[in-house]
Formats: sequence, C-alpha cells, structure tokens
Amino acid sequence: MATEQAEQQAVEEITPQEAFTELDEGGVKLIDTREPYEYEESHIEGSELIPPGVIADRIEAAVPDKSQRIILQCRSGARSWDAAQVLAAKGYTNLANMGGGILEWEAQGLPVASDSGLTPEQRDRYSRHILLPEVGVEGQLKLLNAKVLLLGAGGLGAPTALYLAAAGIGTIGIVDDDVVDASNLQRQVIHNTSRVGTPKSSSARQTIEELNPDVEVVEYNYRLDASNILETIEDYDIIVDGADNFPTRYLLNDASVRLRKPVVSASILSFDGQISTFIPYEGPCYRCLYPTPPPPELAPSCSANGVLGAMAGQMGLLQANEVLKLVLGIGEPLVGRLLLYEALGTRFTELKVRRDPECPICGPNAPEVPESEMGKFPDYEAFCGGHVGS
Amino acid sequence: MAVTVKIPTQLRATTGGQADLSAEGSTVGEVLDAVFAEHGDLRDRITENGELRRFVNVYVGGEDIRFGEGLATAVSDGAEVTILPAVAGG
Repeated sequence: MATEQAEQQAVEEITPQEAFTELDEGGVKLIDTREPYEYEESHIEGSELIPPGVIADRIEAAVPDKSQRIILQCRSGARSWDAAQVLAAKGYTNLANMGGGILEWEAQGLPVASDSGLTPEQRDRYSRHILLPEVGVEGQLKLLNAKVLLLGAGGLGAPTALYLAAAGIGTIGIVDDDVVDASNLQRQVIHNTSRVGTPKSSSARQTIEELNPDVEVVEYNYRLDASNILETIEDYDIIVDGADNFPTRYLLNDASVRLRKPVVSASILSFDGQISTFIPYEGPCYRCLYPTPPPPELAPSCSANGVLGAMAGQMGLLQANEVLKLVLGIGEPLVGRLLLYEALGTRFTELKVRRDPECPICGPNAPEVPESEMGKFPDYEAFCGGHVGS
Repeated sequence: MAVTVKIPTQLRATTGGQADLSAEGSTVGEVLDAVFAEHGDLRDRITENGELRRFVNVYVGGEDIRFGEGLATAVSDGAEVTILPAVAGG
C-alpha cells in the first residue's frame, strides 16, 4: 500500500493543454506508448514511440537520465499510466501522464502529425485500400500522386474515370471533344440526363469533383492530332485508351512509344471487348498487335453496331484495374497478353501478343518518325472521321 | 482433324450468326478453306489474294500465326482457331 502510494505520487497527471505548454517550453521528453499502426495514423510532433510491450526494455536506452522530465501519452491515457508505473519502478523521478491521451489532445484542437501523409479524412475515405497489405498507406500515396490521362469519356472512359477517381488517382486528364448525347447515357455512367449537350470533359469533371475532392481533373476539350498529342500526354504517367476510332489509336501508340508512356488499351463492339496493356520496349505496342487498321468499310463503330452498356462498363473497369496495378506496382499487368471478353457467353480468352521485330514504331529497325508523320499510314486519309470516345 | 473456329461479332454476318464453327484441316490454311467453302463472304472479309489481310489476326492455341508459320501453321485435333480483327470502339 505504501509502495503504491509512493509510485502514484511519482507520476503527475497533467492535461493535454499543460503538456502542450511544457513541450512548447522545451526540455521535455514525450513518449507515446501506443502501437506503431496507431502512431503512423497520427501522433504529437516530437514524440517518440515506445510500445507498452517493450517500454521496460527500451526506456533506459531512450532516456538514460532518470531525472529527465518525461511525459507519457497513449490513446486515452490508460496504457501510458501503466507505462508510467513501470518507469517509476525503474527509478524515474520526474514523470507525467497526459490524461485523456491523444484523443483528448485532438479534441482540444492541438496539432498532430502523421507519418502517412494522409489527412484523417483520407485515411477514412481510403481505409479499404489501406487495409490491403498490397496497397497500404504507401500505395494510397502513390495513387494520390499518380497522373492518368483518359482518351475519351465515353463507353470505356466513363466507368474508368469513375473508379479511378474513387480510388484517389490524384490527377485525371480527360481528352474528349464531344458533348453528352442522350444516346450516350445507356452506358456512359459518368454523365447524366441534365448534362445532355454539355461537353463530356466538363460533365465528367463535375461528377468526379462530387465523388472525390482529392482528384484534380484536367479537361482537354479538343481532338488529338499529331500537332498536340505529345504535349497532351507528356505530363502523364499512364494513358488509358478508350478512343472510338483507329486514327487516334495509332496516333496515341506512336506518341506513347516515343515518350515511353504505358497505355492501357481497350475496345468494345456489340457484346465483345478486348484489352491489353502496352509498355513501350518492355512488351509489344499496338502496332505489333495490329500492324495496320482495317479500311473504313470494315471498321465498324458502336454508333453503327450497338454495344451492350454493361459490357462497356466491364471493359472500362478492367482498364481501371490495370491502371491501379501499374501505379501500385502489384500483380501482373496485361503486358504481352490480349484478353478477349465475350459477354454473351461470359467467356474470357487470353491470347499472346509478341513484340514484332518488323514493327515500324518499336521494332529494332524502326525508323525515326517525324512528329508530323505520327499515327499515319499511306492511306491515312481513308479513315478519318469519328470522335474520341463518342 | 476437327478444330473449332471462333468468329468475332463483327464477322458473324458472314457465318449466319454462328460464333463457333467446326472445321477439318491440318493447317490453319486448310481449316480456313474448309470454313470458306461454307461461308464464302468470310473469305472476302479476311483474306485478299489468298493471304490474310494485315488487320486480321489469327491465333491457334492463343498464339498469333504471324509469328508461327502463317497459314501453314499446324493445328491439332480439338484446337481453337480465333479470328480477330482490330476493333476501335470506345
């Protein structure tokens, strides 16, 4: 009984405000007696983490001077009180326990730091990512720092953009020179009825901003051509090809190989979709897969042939999935693989795509292509027309 | 040797809407000839002067025959031959 009293007297109970004042004046050692995952989320600047399970072993190395003023703090004040008793028993004489812990500290509006670089709102918003060991705080920060450019806010780009925005991709560029049409709404879920007639890029921006304020949206309300493609794509980490026409697809391929930008490419028609990921010089490029485009009469479009809305969504989300994997550096991207999806049979088929030694763009003997010639073919004029992502 | 030939949506008008055809042959060329004998329009869509058009890929067992023996690529019994034209829809 007498010993307990002596121990309790050795530990002073102070409020967070008193602790803040002492810390501000200096000469105080603040020890956080929580677990590492708690400390990572938020802690008091200048505190040292010593979890309760190891404090008895580590305190003498951390604070050799037993007369040093030490403030102990945990989440609510209970674990730090116990730790203070351990220190008192070891002969430390100038101990304080911060009552109410960091919860009370934060409730008083006192400042906290975070190792994670995420705000409390972001830790909450992305908690289901952070819980995945393959993502974690570090992965979420990668997503927030990533810049992804979408070619088209149409059947593919609309679902891709929604999920990339929800995932917290920090910068999403959207290239589309078209306006929302009522006939788009059957599959282009980022737009809505009230925005018919609005440019697709700004309609997409509105939806994304309402979904996730962490995302910066950059609109490119123009058509890509050889004169603007390099400057449009150069600042992005990954390009997502959801274009609805061959000229844009070949143009993007040629420019992305030159700038060594990964492209997640998908296309859709009727009930079928195709998707592959092209990483220049690591795997094949679009021209290795399809050396030339079909002539216009054999190049069907969704507007002429129809497309099942949910299938477009499935392919767009496979693209989003590829993007997330590439940013996080996890899993196996579809490099050198073409995945076919048949919605009617609900069947996936995987085909091999090899680098073509004869490829005019990424092959070993590929000639230098002047900018004005990018994306071109001898019969280039034969297949103009069509809008990106419409 | 019977193989399955998979026809993509945009070419099914030439096969009466059929997605999977069964055909005989020991090479891709023989298999396609057998298919063309039934579905002449498909020949015009995917070949020119007896060669595959450049924008059409054909795969046997998941491998592009361009990187194999082309139309002379051997097919085994029960193999799957996939005809795949480029698609630009988005």
